[in-house]
Amino acid sequence: MRVEFLSSNEASAEGAIAAGLKVYIGYPITPSSDLFEYLAEKLPKYGGIVYQAEDEIASINALVGAALAGAKAMTATSGPGFSLMQEGIGLAIMLEAPLVIVSDMRTGPSTGIATQIGQGDIMQARWGSHGPYNLVAYAPASAQEAFDYTVKAFNTAVKLRIPVIVLMDAILAHTREKVIVREPGEIEVVDFKKTKKPPGEYKPYEPDPEDLIPPMAFFGEGYKILHESLAHDERGYYKTSPEVYRPLVERFIEKVERNKSYVVASKEYYTEDAEVLFIAIGSVARSTLALVRDLRRSGIKVGLFRPISIWPFDEDKFINIARRVKKIVVAEMNQGQLIWIIKKILWDNRIFNVEVYSLPLLLPDLPSPDEIYDEIKNRGWKLW
Amino acid sequence: MVELKTKYMHPIDDLLRLDRVPYTWCPGCGIGMILHHTLRAIKELEAEGKIDRNKILFVTGIGCTGRAAGLVNLDTAHVLHGRAIPFAIGAKLANPSLIPIVFSGDGDIAGIGGNHLLHAARRNMDILVIMVNNFTYALTGGQLAPTTPYKVYSTTTPYGNPEPPIDTAKSLMALDVNYVARWSVTHLTKIKDSVKYALTKRGFRFIEVISICPEIFGRHIGIRNPYQLYITLRKIAKIKSKPSFDDIKYDWNSEITCGVFVDRDNPGYFDRLKEVGVIKSG
Repeated sequence: MRVEFLSSNEASAEGAIAAGLKVYIGYPITPSSDLFEYLAEKLPKYGGIVYQAEDEIASINALVGAALAGAKAMTATSGPGFSLMQEGIGLAIMLEAPLVIVSDMRTGPSTGIATQIGQGDIMQARWGSHGPYNLVAYAPASAQEAFDYTVKAFNTAVKLRIPVIVLMDAILAHTREKVIVREPGEIEVVDFKKTKKPPGEYKPYEPDPEDLIPPMAFFGEGYKILHESLAHDERGYYKTSPEVYRPLVERFIEKVERNKSYVVASKEYYTEDAEVLFIAIGSVARSTLALVRDLRRSGIKVGLFRPISIWPFDEDKFINIARRVKKIVVAEMNQGQLIWIIKKILWDNRIFNVEVYSLPLLLPDLPSPDEIYDEIKNRGWKLW
Repeated sequence: MVELKTKYMHPIDDLLRLDRVPYTWCPGCGIGMILHHTLRAIKELEAEGKIDRNKILFVTGIGCTGRAAGLVNLDTAHVLHGRAIPFAIGAKLANPSLIPIVFSGDGDIAGIGGNHLLHAARRNMDILVIMVNNFTYALTGGQLAPTTPYKVYSTTTPYGNPEPPIDTAKSLMALDVNYVARWSVTHLTKIKDSVKYALTKRGFRFIEVISICPEIFGRHIGIRNPYQLYITLRKIAKIKSKPSFDDIKYDWNSEITCGVFVDRDNPGYFDRLKEVGVIKSG
C-alpha cells in the first residue's frame, strides 16, 4: 500500500496494473490520452505491453484477441472512440472476452468539445452494440474510486467473461487527489477460470451450470478452440436454430443478472430523512453533493443517491430510498439518460407517489453547486 | 464407420473439423483448394519439425473465405468483418509464441480492413496474411469489391464498375514488409510452397491468391462454367521471376502478374520491441 497524488486517469491505470493488466491497446483521444501515456511508461516494467493501434476499431478487436489469448486487457477512450468501438464490444460479448474499457466522457455529439465534460455515454455504454446482451458499467466519482473500480471492473470482467466499462468524465479524468494504491495482496484480484477438461472434451462455450460462465482455455494451449462471431452452439459451431440462438443470448443477459449482487455498487448521502433526492454520477455528483450540503445548512431535507454501477443499477438500495422521498431530481450533463433508468425502475416497482424531475445540464463546463441551484430556480420548480 | 474413415483418410483430415463437411462453399469455388494447400504447408512443416500446430492461431474475417475458420481444426477465430488482422495482432501481443495466420477475402482484407492491412504491413508485424481474391463480395451476392476489374458488372454497379481496382499485393511493396507474393488457384503447389516458406519467416508476410468464383464473379463476366473460368484464369495469371514494380500487372483483360514480389528479412515488430528495449530479449 502506498499513498499517491494522482489524477483519476492515472489512478485507473494504477488500478489496472494492480488487477494484473498485461496488454493495453489504445488510440490517442482527449481526455483519455494521459492514461495511455502513463501506462506506456509504466506497464512494461510490470511485464506488460502497450500498443498504439491505428484506430479504436483496431484497439477493441485486438483487445478481444489479447483477452482470448490469456491476457488481462484494457483500453481507454472517449465518446468518438467509444462509438467506434461499439461493434467490437458486441464481438467481446459474443466471444465472451473479458476486457475493460475506460471511457472519459466528453461533450458531444460528434467531435463536440474535446476537452470539456459530458455524460453522454451512459446509454451508449449499455445499448451501443446491436443485438441482445448485457454488460457492466461503473461510474467512479473520485481518483480513489477510479482506482478501486478499475480493479473491480477487471474482476467483474474476468468473473463474468464480459467487457466492463468504466465511465469517467473529462473533469474527473484530470482531477488530481490523494489515492491509496493497494497491492494485489491487499485487494481482491480475480483470476481467469480455466477449464479442467483436456483438449478434445473441452467446448469453448459450454457454461458452468452454477454461474453460466464457460471456463476458459486460451489460444496456444492445444485446445483447438473455435471462437465464432456468428451465433453458435457450445462448440462454437454456427447455428441458426432458435434452440441454439435463444439460450445463447438469454445466457448473455442472465449471467450478469445472476451475479448482480457481486456487481452492483452505490453511495448515498443524507438520505435517511430526505424529502428531495438528487441523483447524479461522476463529477456532477460531487458538485451536487456540495449543493446538498449547502441546502442542508438552510434546513432543507435533501439527499443524494450516487449510483456507481450504472449498468446494472443498484436497484434494491435505490428503491428503499425512493419509497421514502417525495421528489427525485436527476442531474446529468446530457439531455436526460440516467432518468430513463430511474423512471423504469420506479415504474417496474410501482412507485408512483414520487415526482421525478429531469435536470439536463447541457453545458460545456461542470456547473458549480450554485449554478446547479440556479438551473433549478430558473426552471421554476418548487422542490422545497 | 471407423474403418471407412481410416480407409479414405485424406492427408489433411486431422487439420479439419470433419463433422462440418460438406461445407458451405459452392461447387467450383477456389477457396477449398487454397485452404487445402495452406493446410498442406502446415502439415509438411510439422513433419519437418519446424512448426507446432498448437501454436497456430487461424483467424478469419467475414465473407466466403472467412468461413474457413469454422472448418479448420486448429485454434481458430471467425471475427468481425475486416478485423481479423487486429484480432490476430492482439492475440500475438498477449502471447508472442503464437503463430497467427490471417486467412480472409479481398473485401475483408483490402476493403473494410484496408487500414489494418496498411498498418500491420507498416509495422512489419509478425503475422502471415493470406488474402483470397475472388474479385467480388460473393457471400452477400456479388457487390462491387475494391478488387473488381474496371467496367465489370456487379450488383451495385449495374452500369459497370467506374473504379480502377487496387492491386493489393503491389501496394504493399512500398512498405517495410518481409514477404509479398501472389499466386492463383492454377498454381496450387506454388501456394503450398509459398505458405510453407512464409511461415518460417518473421515480420509481415502477405500472400494473395487469385481464386475462381464461378457462381458470382463468373456470372458477372459471363463465364459460369468453373472449368472455363479456371482455364481463363490460367491464361491471365502469369508467373514472373522477381518482377520489378512496373512489371507487375493487375488486369483481368491482359495479365495478373504472379510470383514473389518481396522477400527480405528485416526485423519484425517483436524484434524491434526488443531493440528499443520495451520487452526483454528471449
